[in-house]
This record gives sequence, structure tokens and C-alpha cells, in this order.
Amino acid sequence: MARFVLARLVQSLAALAILSVVVFVLARATGDPLHLILPMSASEEDYANARRYLGLDRPYMEQYLSFVGRALTGDFGTSLRARRPVGELIAQRLPNSLRLAAFAMTVSLLLAFPLGVLAAVWKGTGIDRAAQVIAVLGQSLPTFWVAIVLIEVVAGRLQWLPAGGIAGFASYILPGFTLGWFVVAGMMRLLRSGMLEVLDSEYVKLARVKGVVEHRVVWVHALKNALIPVVTFAGIYFSILVTTAIVVETVFAWPGLGRLAYEAISSRDFPVIQAVVLTTAAIVAVVNLSVDCVYALIDPRIRYVR
Amino acid sequence: MAAEHAGGAVAESIPAAPARSRAGWRGGRLPVFALSIIGAFVVAALFANVLSPADPEEQALRKRFTPPVWDARGTWQHALGTDRLGRDLLSRIIWGSRVSLTAGVLTVLLASAFGAGVGLVAGYHGGRVDTLLMRVTDATMSFPVILLALILAVTVGPSFVNVVIAIAVILWARYARVIRGQVLTLMELDFITQARIAGASASRIILRHLFPNTLNTLTVLITLQVGYVIIVEASLSFLGAGIPPPTPAWGSMIAEGRDFVTSAWWVSFFPGLAILLVVLAFNLLGDWLRDTLDPKLRQL
Repeated sequence: MARFVLARLVQSLAALAILSVVVFVLARATGDPLHLILPMSASEEDYANARRYLGLDRPYMEQYLSFVGRALTGDFGTSLRARRPVGELIAQRLPNSLRLAAFAMTVSLLLAFPLGVLAAVWKGTGIDRAAQVIAVLGQSLPTFWVAIVLIEVVAGRLQWLPAGGIAGFASYILPGFTLGWFVVAGMMRLLRSGMLEVLDSEYVKLARVKGVVEHRVVWVHALKNALIPVVTFAGIYFSILVTTAIVVETVFAWPGLGRLAYEAISSRDFPVIQAVVLTTAAIVAVVNLSVDCVYALIDPRIRYVR
Repeated sequence: MAAEHAGGAVAESIPAAPARSRAGWRGGRLPVFALSIIGAFVVAALFANVLSPADPEEQALRKRFTPPVWDARGTWQHALGTDRLGRDLLSRIIWGSRVSLTAGVLTVLLASAFGAGVGLVAGYHGGRVDTLLMRVTDATMSFPVILLALILAVTVGPSFVNVVIAIAVILWARYARVIRGQVLTLMELDFITQARIAGASASRIILRHLFPNTLNTLTVLITLQVGYVIIVEASLSFLGAGIPPPTPAWGSMIAEGRDFVTSAWWVSFFPGLAILLVVLAFNLLGDWLRDTLDPKLRQL
């Protein structure tokens, strides 16, 4: 087990290292950020000065190494747009994103579990149909469109909830549901198919023959094994959540990491782009690593078979 | 109550027959609904120049925000109304279907060709080649699609081709994983061993023996992914990193109408409805194909 965890840890670190190079190269390729910082009237000399001041005149290799060195100590440089330390911006935005993600994840778990399990147990009934409709709609509705419709109807016409920004619990509801919706669909499908398979297996039949109460058979015996595919996909769901968050945060004016990414990309704010992408990737890597460990714990076969 | 429930569940799990007839609308007959929607949009995309009632880029500021025809102020001239520049929405949606469908299909074909190639090679060779390729695949797969697509789109500039490449760069990983898994199972089978004994080369085994056996899975995955790509492309256009204006793209149409939702809801609503219908149709078709061709693939 320890070897397995260590091997996965090394792999994650290697992936992050490669990504840091990619991000560095891409950020340098987005065009000259000085065009955005300096006024139209700036002379050649102003450009040269600014370039020297920001360290953009040094060799790429040197820029990269100093970037990595400082990034490891949490120093991502200064935002070209906000003129503030990037680390500070991230520290300010990250908790908001995490809170929203946690809320969305809770919502989707609370919806996906009962729906997925019940759809399998009562296969072919109204609940099953409803679950299938929710699942297929969840994967077909464009998130940003749902967000706009919700803002217009629930926040605008009905005035039930705030349309955007972050102020108290009520402001979590709309972005949280929009964000969780897509995840619910996928997770529910997995649970349903997993449950259908497990409910048909010999050991579940044995449990029934032994006289175990049906709800125990379903929620304890069967669900335990139906969870394995869900755990495998948990990492992917998380990265879907992160992806969707960029759109959702932008539409709902949510002061999180996703919106920061959008703002940074549209203003070519190199240091911020690098920091956001690497932070996101690091979080995704940590989540994937923990998912793998949980997976190895509950399903010992995975430790030996690659 | 509990006993009755238990009895029902056991009875259901033993004979497969009643469950089969239930599954009639999935798996059994052709998914008419999905096929007709896809058909309609394909026709719209192919014959956009004939079908669209007006020039999608023609502005008429006097007629801006004309509501749809069923509204008292609406006219048949603009059946779905007009946008902020007085452009005919129906025409823009018809032309937009060309953009969305082409982007969706092209991206998925690119990604699947590359991904399937990687999966076939990794699965066939195994060992170090496999480990290396799968590490790269995993790293790609765990990366948020839109984030990289956004960076790439901004890096190389927003354009149709760049959007397609940007999404395909991430999307191939899914194909590589699935196809590789399938190749691993196929490699255990006798016909591969026999092909080897007969002296077939690696490329021959991969192309003539392994590849045809992964076609079903590929078809299912491709269909299921078209819808997803259309949504990602629309999201990118919505965020301003997709297909640049004035080309009508559904995502950017929604973005343009966003600020006027309260006064002119139709500008954002109809393009969104178009996305919903197309993606829904591709997902339903994909589900049906999966249930028919490859029932083991439920997790896709």
C-alpha cells in the first residue's frame, strides 16, 4: 500500500512539473503583455524599461527557473492588472471557490444517491423514468444558459434569491445548483448501473435468502459495491466541477478562482494565469491522489494490477 | 411492506423478460426523436443559405429587439424575433447550426483518431510504452477542459480551427483510455495469438485485427461526445474565447443577449434551446447505440 501511494505521488508531481512548463510556454505565447499595461503613447524606451523591470528581457530558461523557485515558496509574482501579489489574489479567491464547490458537491451527492439507488431498485417505474430524464437533461443543458435562465426567473422575476455576488447562504443556492446539476447526472447514471449489476449478483441473492431486511440489502450490502465505479470517477467529476465553475462563477459574478482565471486570461495577466492554472492542477492532483488511495483501500485488487 | 418489496425485487431480478419489454424505448426500436432532431439540424446546416429567411449578419437597427411572431409586436418576417442589432434570430440559429455541428463532429473525429491510435499502440505493446502513454493520458484527462481550451484559444487567437484543436487536445485522452482497455482484453484472445503465429506484423495486427474490434465502442463514444463538444464550444464562445463575431455561433449569441434577458428574453433563449435540442438528441442517440452495440459500456 505504501509503495502504491508513493508511486502515485511521484507520478502526480511529475505531471505537475510537465504542466508548469506547458503553462509557462503558453503564457509567454499569448502575446506581449506590455501592450496592455503601457499607455498608447509609450516610447520604445518605456517598453525596454518595463521589460527589464518585470524581468521579461531575461532568457526564457532563467525566467522559468526563477518562476518555479518562487512558486514553490508561494510567491507567484505580481498581477500585471491588479498590481497586487498574485498569492494574495489567490488566497482571497480560493476559499470562495472551495466553499461553492463543497456546496455544489453536497447538493449533488444528496440528489444523486437516493435517485440513483431508487432508480435501480424500482427499475422501469416512474422514479426510474424521472431519474433518466434528469440524467439526460443534466448532460444536455448548457450550464451558462441554465445560469442565465435561473438568474432571470428566480432572481429577476420572482426575486426569491440574489442574482450574483456572495452575501450569505442565499447567494450559494443558484450557483450551487447550477454547478451541481451536471455532476448529479453522471453520478446518478453510474450509481444506477452499478446498483443494477450488484442487485443481480449471487451475494445479494444470498443476503435475501438469509432473510436480511430489504432496505439493508439495498443500502448496505449492494450500495457498498455499487460505490466502486463512483469512486473511480470521482476524480473526473471533480475536474468537471472545476471546469464548470469557470462558467458559473463568471455568470454569477462569484468572486472565486474560476472568475479570476477568466479575468486573467482576457487581460493576458501572465502571473495570474500561471498561478491559477497551477493551483487548480495541484488541487485536482491532490483530489485524484486521494481518490486513488481510497480506491486502493476499498478494492485491494487495484494495488497489484495496473 | 418490506417483505412485499423484497419479493417484488427478487421476482424482477430472476426472469429477464418483463424488464426487456420495459426497455423498449431504449435499445429496441430506432430512436426516432433523436434522429429526426439531428436530421433537421443537419439539413439546416447543409442548406443554411437556402433555408434561412434573411442574411444572418445583416443589421437593421430600427428593428432591434423585435419579439417572436406570437407576441403582439412580432412579425412573420422575423419568426423568432431579432437581436440587439436587429439581426434575424432564426437565420442566425440556422447558420449557427453549421458552426456548432461542424465544430462538434470535427473535434470528435480528430480526438478519436488520435486517442484511438494512442490506445491501440499502448494496448498492443504494453510494458513501458503503455505506462508512459497512459501517464500522459491520465495527466491530460485530469486537466479541466475549458481552462486549457481558454488558454489555447486566447494564445493562438479565437478562430474556428483553433477552437477545434483546443478541445481535441484534451478530449483524445478519453478515447485512449477506453480503447486501450479494450485492446488489453482483445490481446488475451486466441485470434491475436494465431495472427502472431502466422507472422502478421504489429501494424497489421493493430489495423486489421484490433482496430475493427474497437469500432463499436468508438462509434458509441463518438456519438456521446459530440454533444459534450458542442456544449464546450458554446461555453468558449460564450466566454468570448470561441468563434469570433460576427459569425453566428450559438454560445456567443447567448452571451450577446445576456444583458437584455429582462427586456428581450428571446435573444438568449432560442440559441440555448437549439443547443439543448441538439445535445439532447446526440446523447439519446449515443445511449441507444451503446445499449444496442455495446451494453457493457454503461459507464461512458
